Order: sequence, then structure tokens, then C-alpha cells
Amino acid sequence: MKIAITSVTKDKESVIDERFGRCNYFAIYDTESKSFEHVENKGVTSSQGAGIAAGQQLLDCGVEAVITGYVGPNAIRVLQGGNVAIHKFTGKSIQEEINLFLDNKLEKINEAGPAHAGMQNRNGRA
Amino acid sequence: MLECKTEMEGHNMQIAVLSGKGGTGKTTVSTNLAKAMGWQYVDCDVEEPNGFIFLNPKITKTEKASIPVPKIDPIKCVGCQKCVKICQFNALAWVNRDVLFFDKLCHGCGACSLVCRYNAISEVDREIGNIDVGNDGEIACLRGTLDIGEPMAVPIIRNLKKMIGNENTIIDCSPGSSCTVVASIEGVDYALLVTEPTAFGLHDLKIAIELVRNMNIPFGIIINRASDEKDLIEEYCEKEKINVLEKIKFDKDIAVLYSKGRMLVEHDKYKDLFLNIGKRIEEEVSCNLL
Repeated sequence: MKIAITSVTKDKESVIDERFGRCNYFAIYDTESKSFEHVENKGVTSSQGAGIAAGQQLLDCGVEAVITGYVGPNAIRVLQGGNVAIHKFTGKSIQEEINLFLDNKLEKINEAGPAHAGMQNRNGRA
Repeated sequence: MLECKTEMEGHNMQIAVLSGKGGTGKTTVSTNLAKAMGWQYVDCDVEEPNGFIFLNPKITKTEKASIPVPKIDPIKCVGCQKCVKICQFNALAWVNRDVLFFDKLCHGCGACSLVCRYNAISEVDREIGNIDVGNDGEIACLRGTLDIGEPMAVPIIRNLKKMIGNENTIIDCSPGSSCTVVASIEGVDYALLVTEPTAFGLHDLKIAIELVRNMNIPFGIIINRASDEKDLIEEYCEKEKINVLEKIKFDKDIAVLYSKGRMLVEHDKYKDLFLNIGKRIEEEVSCNLL
């Protein structure tokens, strides 16, 4: 199973980006190989519909679960349509969040956050 | 000047009024200039058109404005995803063996239906607003109104501009310098930049000037709410060799008339002011035609 975590930089120790559509990278964790692959989020360069582009990219990668902060109304349609489970991060490291997810201890996101929320911190957040 | 005038015969001018900064007096200048000169008035500020409040025309016709959006036939669709990949606006996604369409993101460019080899995409009209046609007894008036919640103003502006009659026309633009303004000023003969003597006014004016220069549109400046003294806009224009057509003085009477939704040209002193602006524009445009 592949799990995508929205990430500020492309290393395992990165802070999690709470934005979905406008995060810089996705840290994609494969539970079989227990390894990470980092991919640039295609949504971040979109002039519009970033969440849709990001969601499409994850579906194309075969991701089945997402750990992030907020998902916009369009992105949630793509992810839910693709049967991707969306979970809210708790503020810990990427590896710890994955462990919490595998132990079924992460809260599910069932509702979209506000649209365009990710545009407020375009340069990545501290 | 006489030579210039002969060139003008048979040529109808389109003059765009823009500003950069909002609230500098675009609509005040547009409506009063149109009224004084007997020119057609077109409100392209479709997100918040307010020119009709002052001109108060009788609306004779209202048309729906729409954009073409894709309708996907799930039986013909083979799932090649060419439409999803061609869409520059992320309006289409391929989710769970189905094309998902996000109507508010669609610009109506038609690329998706062009690339579909299986004829699975047809175009249907999606209404995004209205266009009102009217007149106030003297001048023809047009106005576009975008529906609340609709994000895309450009298609309605394009529809609106196709309806402009063959006569001298004032195009009242939205503030800023984004796509809506670009669409409004495309192809005009002259741009009138209305600004105010403040730091914000100058800052946004510079952006508007960059835009009209990029689009090779001749332009002139009107400084609204001006004082008798030489202000920062005049200093800038002098340095840049930009034509200041008129300074409209800060005047309580204007504020009183405006607040009542009245036209300034009801009074002779303002009527003369706008007639003078109109004549200056005619001269500028006629000489540019040479």
C-alpha cells in the first residue's frame, strides 16, 4: 500500500505541509518495501485547480491513503472518487505519522476545508 | 490638426477607461464622458457593474451570456485521458474510470473536444451571466453582469465586446490589470487612465501604464481629486513624458452629486470639462491614425 504525506522538503525528516494542493512535495511511503519516494507536487505550479492536479497525480501513482492538514473542496472530490483515505496529521514526524496511520490512530478527514486556503502561504511555511 | 480630422471620418473610436487602483473615478469619467460626447457606453466591469446607476438607461433587451463546456458521453469514452492531459486549467480529472468535470474551472477553450478521437465530448452552453442592452434616450448603453459565485469574467467581456455597435464607444473597465482588463482593452484605439494623487494611485498607475505600453495602446492620464499644486502623478508623467489630459479638482459638489447617483454633466461647468476631455481624445486618436 502507498501512503502520501504532504511535505515541505524532499527528505524523510521534513516538516509536514498542512496544505494539500499547494504543498511542495509528496513523501510517498510504500508499506511493502518500507521505503520513501519523494515526488514534486504538480499542483504547486498550477495557475488554478491545484488540488485537482495534486489529487490526479496521487491517483496515477496508485496512492491509497493521504496524510495532510486540509483538503479543498475540489481535491476531496478527486480523492474520495478514487477511494483514497484522507487522514489528518497530528504534528509529529513523517515516520511517526505513518506509524499512527498503520495503527489506525489518525483521524479521518471527511469534509473539505476552505477553497484556495493553500494560496495564503505560497512560499512554503515554517 | 485639420489633416488629422479628415482621417477620422468613418472611423469609430473605442476608448477604454482603466486605472490600476480601484475607486479613482473610472465610472464617473466613463459615464460623464459618454454622456457629454454622445458616445456609446459599455460597462465591462462585469463583477460589479455600476455605470447604469448613473446613466439609468431603459433596458430594452437582456441576453444570457454563456461559455461552452464539455459534456462527456460515458458510452463513447474509452478512457484514453487525452482530454484530462490537454486541459491547462485542471478542469478535468480521471477518477475511478470516469472523467470528472469541474465546471467553475473550465475556461471554455474547447481543447478537450478537439483532442477526443472518439467523439465522446460535445460542447454545451453553461450560463455565467447576463448582458443588458439599453439606452437613456440619447446614448446606447451595454452592461455585462457576471452571476454571483462565477469566477470567470473574461468570456462575458468577450461576448459583450462583440455586441458593441458601430459608433464611438467608451469601455468602462474593472480595476487592476489582470485578464479582465486585458480582455476589455484588447483592440481599443485609446486608453484613458484615471488615477488619483496618492502613493497607491501612482503605484497602480505604473502597472496600468506597463500594461497599455505592452499592448501598444496610446494612452493619456486623468488625475482625479487633484489639487491646484503640482502632485506626484504630474511629476511622474513629466519625467516619463506622458500626456496628462485633465486634472479634475477635488470638489465637494462632485461628491454630493455622486452620492445621489446623479450625473456631473447636469451642470455646465462639468459638462465643459468632459467635452474638453472628449475633444482632446479625438485629437489624440485622429493623429495616431496618421
